Amino acid sequence: MATYNTNEFKAGLKVMLDGDPCTIIENQFVKPGKGQAFNRVKIRNLRTGRVIERTFKSGDSMEAADVIDTEMQYLYNDGEFWHFMQPETYEQVAADKNAVAETAKWLKEQDICVVTLWNGVPLTVEPPQIVTLKVTETDPGVRGDTSGGGGKPATLETGAVVRVPLFVQTGETIKVNTRTGEYISRA
Amino acid sequence: MKLDTHSDWRPATSLEVLKRRARMLARIRGFFARRNVLEVETPILSPTAATDPHLQSFATRYTGPGKPDGCMFYLQTSPEFPMKRLLASGSGSIYQICKAFRNGEAGRLHNPEFTLLEWYRVGFDHHRLMDETAELVTEVLEGQFRLGPVEKLSYREAFLRYCGLDPHTAGTDEFAACARERGIRVDGLSRGTLDSWRDLLLTHVIQPQLGKGRLTFLYDYPASQAALARVRPGNPPVAERFELYLEGAELANGFHELDNAGEQHRRFERDLARRKHIGLPGVPPDGSLLAALEHGLPACAGVALGVDRLVMLATGGASLAEAMAFPIDRA
Repeated sequence: MATYNTNEFKAGLKVMLDGDPCTIIENQFVKPGKGQAFNRVKIRNLRTGRVIERTFKSGDSMEAADVIDTEMQYLYNDGEFWHFMQPETYEQVAADKNAVAETAKWLKEQDICVVTLWNGVPLTVEPPQIVTLKVTETDPGVRGDTSGGGGKPATLETGAVVRVPLFVQTGETIKVNTRTGEYISRA
Repeated sequence: MKLDTHSDWRPATSLEVLKRRARMLARIRGFFARRNVLEVETPILSPTAATDPHLQSFATRYTGPGKPDGCMFYLQTSPEFPMKRLLASGSGSIYQICKAFRNGEAGRLHNPEFTLLEWYRVGFDHHRLMDETAELVTEVLEGQFRLGPVEKLSYREAFLRYCGLDPHTAGTDEFAACARERGIRVDGLSRGTLDSWRDLLLTHVIQPQLGKGRLTFLYDYPASQAALARVRPGNPPVAERFELYLEGAELANGFHELDNAGEQHRRFERDLARRKHIGLPGVPPDGSLLAALEHGLPACAGVALGVDRLVMLATGGASLAEAMAFPIDRA
């Protein structure tokens, strides 16, 4: 079992805490003038997303978490699981609702996503930063308005709803920033 | 030869901060010159090392004239022992500004190599030295940092005020319950010593509250944390030791100095036994210090102050790295 000593602690390190895979967000070395040194660590639980603080005696260790980020192609949703494939090896994994969570509304077949695997099982799925999606429903709006001000809601093929300029019509494809949920441009 | 040309060669801080640092060092020297305290220099390399289990010395090897097979030298963790040898030889009050080295210490308030101001006052006890420390820091920070009236709290008063417990009588369960109530979750202390628990609460709960806009002294530590201080008999006995805090950062640590060679010898042995118990390498203790104490150390108090931390606070830096030209990652 691989472990990390407190001297190896740094932001981004993947560790096991209370049976859950976690990532270190912040590591602070504290030591009284004469006495015991500690590492005060901020940790995000990768399953629940919760951030907690924990203190370790300097010199102690944490178990390493077998967590890797890997680029995978989204294939399809069978109603229960979302299936992804490693493009080089054709290896497939199935992500459940917890892992996909909010990302579901951006997932378009064949897009390349970052799937975080823990012991080979998907833990989280991150969509591409920019996705190109078709508008399936939006009010007709006013023709000729190109100011971009105001805007209107539009439902996209994956189910996401974003605000688009009034000139965007049903059936068009647009680019959206998945990090902010904002419309970028017509595709 | 392949050199890493990607490393950042520039200083970590601005020239303005370095100029202010230089002015602060000049003020320190002026302060002691006016008080007739002698500036001294002592060796950074020593064949002996600090025995304190919480201090790890850097070690290096000397080979050359007189030592054809080489011998170990340790970089000082503080200049305390040679300065006490000067005091025992009749130097009178002395001060030194020097580099000290502590392996394994790096972070916002730590750099493995740092600048210490250390001084000894013959005839002072720890209370009189606290007063002088406050005068020095106030003078050095003048015009840079507004300070309210000085606060003095005994170690016990600080724990009663901020943790609601008596640090001299509380047991592990009480310390653990206090930590839990304050949302502190700690691993690896279940079999920890009482001092580890005291250190946890001091660093996590009390320290951030100390020295807000003023100098706060903690004094009279548990006898188990005496380090090199005298222990005053009583119920409980306390170590005549103090620490100075400003804006939650520990700035200085001082002692009413232990002058008993037999007691010093026992503390060396206790330290070395503890080092062995927790799997740390043994180190050669300083026999010259014991000989000097046998000869006779004048009654005195001494204090070491972290100059980099003082510069950091004076110049509004967020970390020690902003107070020094080249912190360890640019050294």
